[in-house]
Amino acid sequence: MNLTLLAEKLNLMVRCSGDGLDREVSGGYVGDLLSDVMANSKTDDLWITCQSHQNIVAVSVLKEHAGIILVLGKEPDKDTLEKASREGIPLLVTELSGFEAAGRIYNLINE
Amino acid sequence: MNRKYEFSFPVEGKNFDDAGKASVEIKRLLKELGIAGDVLRRTAIATYESEVNIISYAWKGTINVRVTDNNISIKIQDSGPGITDIEQAMRQGYSTADDRIREMGFGAGMGLFNIKNCSDGFEISSKVNKGTLLKILINR
Amino acid sequence: MTLREIANLLDAKVLTGEKYLDTEVKTAFSADLMSDVLAFAKPGSIMITGLTNPQIVRIANIVDNSAIIIVRGKTPPDETIRLAEELDIPVLSTRYILFETSGKLYANGIIGCVGKIEGPGSVVPL
Repeated sequence: MNLTLLAEKLNLMVRCSGDGLDREVSGGYVGDLLSDVMANSKTDDLWITCQSHQNIVAVSVLKEHAGIILVLGKEPDKDTLEKASREGIPLLVTELSGFEAAGRIYNLINE
Repeated sequence: MNRKYEFSFPVEGKNFDDAGKASVEIKRLLKELGIAGDVLRRTAIATYESEVNIISYAWKGTINVRVTDNNISIKIQDSGPGITDIEQAMRQGYSTADDRIREMGFGAGMGLFNIKNCSDGFEISSKVNKGTLLKILINR
Repeated sequence: MTLREIANLLDAKVLTGEKYLDTEVKTAFSADLMSDVLAFAKPGSIMITGLTNPQIVRIANIVDNSAIIIVRGKTPPDETIRLAEELDIPVLSTRYILFETSGKLYANGIIGCVGKIEGPGSVVPL
């Protein structure tokens, strides 16, 4: 399942498409503590978080995530958005909670 | 009949281990006074965020809760560095938290916003290098 | 689902609250940000988190969570368990990550305790 299709199915809003939304999402990681995400998420994970400050982009770049989804209607800071475009990280937002977003994405990926 | 109850809890700055202790006790006392549902919940959430604020940013402070038949008024007074720009501090997502606070699950710039959201009345004043006074009113 | 069914589904250890395992649960809230739990979690929902400090128990008490599920197989400090016993909050620990835990529960009918957020602070039920 790629990001374009996920965005369509879950009505996610794309704030920055980064290097493209056709990248395959193999799994997901829900986490709001950067140290945890740094240590435990995997390459190609879609990262689901409610943290909107710019440090999230650096973590995603390092871990080579497929993209970031901000939940609970949180919008990225201006710096976050700029950094995401510069670094090519797709950034999407949703009004769903982390549980709902993860629940639906998990079941779409594993269908 | 007009009944009044009042209780105060001291909160020590940087005492992260005890964060939330006072608020759990406040919630228990309010429950004993017959306060329930949404009013209990909003009061407890507001005191919790305030308590975490004192621990995270101030040197020490007090949470004072006054209950009457009509409302609950909460006064949170701390001595500490104070807030330079209140408008900025109120903004959702703005935070000056360090890693210690973030690892605890706070410091995402939600605190004051959450408190305001729970209150029917909200007043904040601050003096730099003196401290911050927060007054919250919750109607019963 | 009951907490017992959830524990089985997630192959979770019950760290405390054995006597509450027949409690029926319908909703959940996943987060490591406790401010979000305070702002959005609803009474009766389960809190799913990667944190283990005693604060998670105090927060669960404040928002009336029916249980806490700690993910990634973490073992909380004794103080967390002691406090959970005192405040009557069941604590489960699963080896799954937050994403998998949410996914498995969602597939079994548990829904998020908040639906969509519309505008700051206002919450629309599912």
